[in-house]
Amino acid sequence: MVTEHENEQDDTLVPCCWKLRLYVIGQSPRSILAIRNLREICEKHLDARYEIEVIDLLVDPQLAEGDEIIAVPTLVRHLPVPVRKVVGDLSDTDKVLVGLQLQFRE
Amino acid sequence: MNMASSKYLLQKCPTGITGFDRIADGGLPAGRSTLICGSAGSGKSLFGIEFLAHGIESFQEPGVFVSFEERAEDIIANVASIGLALDEMVAAGQLKLLSIDIETHSLHEAGEYDLEPLFIRISAAIKAVRARRIVLDAVENLFSAFEDQAILRAEFKRLLSWIKTQGLTAVITTEKGDEQHLTRRGVEEYLADCVVLLDLRVTDQVATRMLRITKYRGSGHGADEYPFLIDDTGIVCMPINQYSLDYPVSNRIFSSGISKLDQMLGGGIYYGSTLLVSGGSGSGKSTVAGQFVDSACARGEKTLYLALEESPGQIMRNLRSLNIDLQQWVDRGVLSFVANRPSVYGLEMQMAVLMRQVRLFEPALVVIDPITALHIDSSSLTVKRMLQRMIDQLKSRGITMLFTTLTWSSEEIGETTPSSISSLMDAWIQLRSMESSGERSRGLYVIKSRGARNSNQIREFLITSGGIFLKDVMLNGAGDVVTGSQRYLMQVRQAQAHKDRQATEEQQRLELESRHQTMQARVAALMAEFEAEKQSLERKWQLESLQSSENEMLIHQVSERRSTGVSDGD
Repeated sequence: MVTEHENEQDDTLVPCCWKLRLYVIGQSPRSILAIRNLREICEKHLDARYEIEVIDLLVDPQLAEGDEIIAVPTLVRHLPVPVRKVVGDLSDTDKVLVGLQLQFRE
Repeated sequence: MNMASSKYLLQKCPTGITGFDRIADGGLPAGRSTLICGSAGSGKSLFGIEFLAHGIESFQEPGVFVSFEERAEDIIANVASIGLALDEMVAAGQLKLLSIDIETHSLHEAGEYDLEPLFIRISAAIKAVRARRIVLDAVENLFSAFEDQAILRAEFKRLLSWIKTQGLTAVITTEKGDEQHLTRRGVEEYLADCVVLLDLRVTDQVATRMLRITKYRGSGHGADEYPFLIDDTGIVCMPINQYSLDYPVSNRIFSSGISKLDQMLGGGIYYGSTLLVSGGSGSGKSTVAGQFVDSACARGEKTLYLALEESPGQIMRNLRSLNIDLQQWVDRGVLSFVANRPSVYGLEMQMAVLMRQVRLFEPALVVIDPITALHIDSSSLTVKRMLQRMIDQLKSRGITMLFTTLTWSSEEIGETTPSSISSLMDAWIQLRSMESSGERSRGLYVIKSRGARNSNQIREFLITSGGIFLKDVMLNGAGDVVTGSQRYLMQVRQAQAHKDRQATEEQQRLELESRHQTMQARVAALMAEFEAEKQSLERKWQLESLQSSENEMLIHQVSERRSTGVSDGD
């Protein structure tokens, strides 16, 4: 887990800190793949500081209710608002970027 | 509808929903999944909730309700009005309400995934209450949330299979899609063992609800469309076509209360039979019905009166002027009125309301006055079908029925009523007004009376302050029935003729008497004459014989003298 804290600025155009939460179940290949993909994408495409939290629903199943998780893996972007969700093992980078609004479809 | 071998009998899971289990021949397939499909507002969610609620209350089967559309509080509030206390069931640990919020707009797919978290949540809920029944409500929301249908189909199948291995009976509700596929994604119907369609249609501004089982693997089922309604007890299905013609028959006579009418009907109508009273406006139908009801109530027979045109107050007021008091029976709880204009409800609803009243009130007699009022909004065929169903239902309960109907013009139309429902009737009385010599009088005759020989004569009747009074039939010389003042005239003439006859008879008798006497006198005279002749002849013979004997003696004497030589003159 990479954790960095920065002062939050009110500038929504240039997000300062990203809070991402990845829900997985256990150590399945898909889970591991998702985690790896997420790290890569963040490294490559995220300028700002980011914080990734991985939640294993096998350990804490009740945490799924908070974010209304029904599919796995699911990536939830809590910050910057609005909340966005991306489901899947995140192997399709373009789709992930669109989902996180780092890239816009033309 | 029985399977050949009991070994392979599909277990049924009764829903407890009024009328449905009969249509589905016992209930839904136990341990399998049923799809309830319908448009918005058709009652799908309610079906699911009732399935669980009755499961808990009547069959001791806890359940889980998973909604992809509504929140738990809303679900509880929605059904509170039909008397289901879901919050109590939740508190008692018998019911679990899971509401899964799916935000479609902020969900993106990037890669492979599965729905395991959903499984986990549902599984936890099932374990918490040890559920035997489960409902997945509004799954179309789940399906529309994800783009990848292949994954979804696979996962859904996995979910249903998993539920099946747990031995739960599942009900899945979804919105109806286009005609071809039933559902928007066309997925679920291939995964369910039983599919039920709910439809809410609006025709001529009246809403009607219909239910149809389109598929039921491994079981027979009623394949027709069945109307149902949602009232304050929940969903009420009417499996009306299920009734066979095999109902108990009675030999007891249900008296009409009108003197001589029972006679005309060949003794009277039987309990559990149907009587139709038809006639033109003002012919006295409601009066006949009123007297019928009055006498039934007086015998203690509970009566349910469906008034479709006049208000109960009006009906009772009109009858009071003839000294028929129905209010007393209402007060005593023997008579109950149901008054609705048919246009307020659809035809099916109307019938459902009536049947509900029948269930609650348990009458021995049901009156519908008039059934012609039902024709206004519906086609004749619909009315006939509805009546047939209702009659079947009532007959199977042994309830006697009386219907009144308006026939337009007495002579020309003949014996056909608007929807030719006469074939549904066991007995039929026609009231007619008869015109002759500028007068109208009331006549009544029996068109048919099943199971009894009936009089085929037209009888005049009067509506008096003592009720309906049937007079004896009177025919004139040509064989026509006479009524009214013609009748009176004829009666007077007849009396006169009788008197004349008597007078003539008297006179002739006197004549005969006198002739007799004359004859007797003559006979006496002849006899006397004869006697006189006889006597004189007899005297003559006497004299002659005397003379001849004297002569003989003289001759003898002379001959003797001669022979002795004695002579007289020497």
